[in-house]
Amino acid sequence: MPPRSIGEEFTKGLWHENPIFRQLLGMCPTLAVTNAVINGIAMGLATTFVLIFSSIVVSSIKKLIPNQVRIASYIVVIATFVTMADRFLAAFFPLISKDLGPYVPLIVVNCIILGRQEAFSSKNSVGRSFIDALGMSAGFILALLILSSIREILGAGTFLGHQVLGSWFEPWVIMILPPGAFITLGILIALTFVIEHKIKQRR
Amino acid sequence: MELVALFISAILINNFVLHYFLGICPFLGVSKKIDSAFSMGLAVTFVMTITAVITWVINHWILLPNNLEYLQIVSFILVIASLVQLVEMFIRKVSPPLYQAMGIYLPLITTNCAIMGLALLAALKNYSFVETVVFGVGSGIGFTLAIILMAGIREQLDLSDVPEPLKGAGIALIVAGIMALAFLGFSGMIK
Repeated sequence: MPPRSIGEEFTKGLWHENPIFRQLLGMCPTLAVTNAVINGIAMGLATTFVLIFSSIVVSSIKKLIPNQVRIASYIVVIATFVTMADRFLAAFFPLISKDLGPYVPLIVVNCIILGRQEAFSSKNSVGRSFIDALGMSAGFILALLILSSIREILGAGTFLGHQVLGSWFEPWVIMILPPGAFITLGILIALTFVIEHKIKQRR
Repeated sequence: MELVALFISAILINNFVLHYFLGICPFLGVSKKIDSAFSMGLAVTFVMTITAVITWVINHWILLPNNLEYLQIVSFILVIASLVQLVEMFIRKVSPPLYQAMGIYLPLITTNCAIMGLALLAALKNYSFVETVVFGVGSGIGFTLAIILMAGIREQLDLSDVPEPLKGAGIALIVAGIMALAFLGFSGMIK
């Protein structure tokens, strides 16, 4: 396989290897925090911070880590950045931090982050790992945005807290509740399959 | 009486998979056959109970007295990772049949967010020791219940005609959504 260009390294996270729709990684936070757009954005940014810095650290110390203890070392690196993100949110955005509850600390077990360290940062240069982390985070935020917009608009009639649908609209409360999350994501994944199929046919 | 309520709510109402969205990866990944789903549930319940005990001790005897709450994330994840390894070695030595039943699922549990979620939720809600243990066992049983039900449905789904794009994860998530809908019905049970 020829080495990817820098641009491709970035865009693969958006579509072909989108962590949520294609790789089905990091489902727990995706489903849990997308009941409102603001929570989705906060979660996306916190994960981006952790993923980018963990990738930079892991790819720069990859030669120092003995193979047998690599997973444990990655986890310590990730946990450090998660603690920083968690404290930061608690200090500056206490309301969002309260809404997200245990899901910010749970970024530590988000499979996207550990997965990228194992599959990419431990084998590639710092620069490439940074681009890869950036692309994956963008894909993750994109997925969170789509899912949380659908759920907030249909479930509460609002977008980022602003009323978008008129007073005639009876909110589908179920969309904010857990079942709405499962069903919406299921349909979105099916849609990405259809789109991917169409793209392949056209070639 | 409150402990009974906590136990039942951990199984049915605040079900880890269907309410907190924790442990979705094994829930979708290991729910193709009832046998393996049962083993996975067994392994998770087992590790959850031990984790609940140990993280409570660490949190209340070491971290809280020294104002080290900010080390919760790092210490919990390290404890869970090493605990899973220890449990695996212990079971392999003591009970080979049990190891056969849940052996390969144990390493997977380290990155299972349900375990970490249990430790964090118990710390967040400030449960007493007994409450934490009850919460741990109940949550484990709740996870087992959800994954076995899911496996039962998926075994039937294999025989039915699912539209091509929905095959795999799509239909599994929609089934989970309908299950979550059914479990919402329990929420009026305990005030």
